[in-house]
Amino acid sequence: MNGRAFIIALAMLGSAFAAEPDEVLADLALEARAQKIDILLRCVVCQSQSIAESNAPLAKDLRLLVRERLTEGDTDDQVIAYMVERYGDYVLLKPPVQSNTLFLWGFPFLALAAGVAGALLFLRSSKLQSKAEPLSEDDEADINRILDERS
Amino acid sequence: MKPLFLIPVALFVVVGAFFGYGLTRDPSAIPSQLIDRQLPDFDMPAIEGLDEGLSSDELSGEVMLLNVFASWCISCHIEHPFLMQLAQNNVIKIYGLNWKEKPGEGKAWLDRLGNPYTKIGDDQAGRVAIDLGVTGAPETFIIDREGRVRFRVAAPITEDYWNDVLAPMIEELRNQ
Repeated sequence: MNGRAFIIALAMLGSAFAAEPDEVLADLALEARAQKIDILLRCVVCQSQSIAESNAPLAKDLRLLVRERLTEGDTDDQVIAYMVERYGDYVLLKPPVQSNTLFLWGFPFLALAAGVAGALLFLRSSKLQSKAEPLSEDDEADINRILDERS
Repeated sequence: MKPLFLIPVALFVVVGAFFGYGLTRDPSAIPSQLIDRQLPDFDMPAIEGLDEGLSSDELSGEVMLLNVFASWCISCHIEHPFLMQLAQNNVIKIYGLNWKEKPGEGKAWLDRLGNPYTKIGDDQAGRVAIDLGVTGAPETFIIDREGRVRFRVAAPITEDYWNDVLAPMIEELRNQ
């Protein structure tokens, strides 16, 4: 076994889907679309998994349904809308951007803006402080005297 | 310059309050999409051993329950005696959706424990359950006179929950 084949095998292991042999569509292009949809949909039983990863019976039912809708000619978006109609936005692992998720999506940018503003304020105030008064003549004389003594 | 030091403190309080509120909510509760909507159309065959199936056309005209159950569902065993009690006292009609059951096992279960259901539909493929947005069993829908879903319970119904929440709600729906 050469190295490349081994790496490919490893990569495939990482993307191991729970789609069981009896679910996989004969049409490979359609099956590829189905697997892409599977990873977007939350398993409503074991909620931190997608239906692609879950081996819950309900997840299997949903995977079969995804394939059935695709076979009947639905687009990917139509399949997802079909699921959302039944289970709501909760079935989407990636929450859509809409009025009740604005804070969720907007907060990182707010936090970034606040951080940048804070950093600018801090830099400006430290710059002001570093504009020190020039040394007085007495100070200069003191420094020269000390330096002379040392040398 | 001093008030600037209060900013992190204020932020901490705001974020803390936000997360504290979050802890009081159940993130695993998936709200039903059917609330105040008409039941989706279905026509389920009878379970093996019974003659009549269940179609969505029959589910209107009075306030009733549609209960998702299965013999393999442990919480359904816990809920079952109370459903029997409701049925025996003619409190409300209960219709059943036998979810993903092997042929014959649903009937055997009911023969052993009693049958609280007016009619039962067989949903072996689980397709009707998906149309109803079911996430597990037992799950119970309260259906009003017009055949609309008004409430969903995603847990076994207990006597306390019935008395505190469901009975007053059903009373109100009956008076509408």
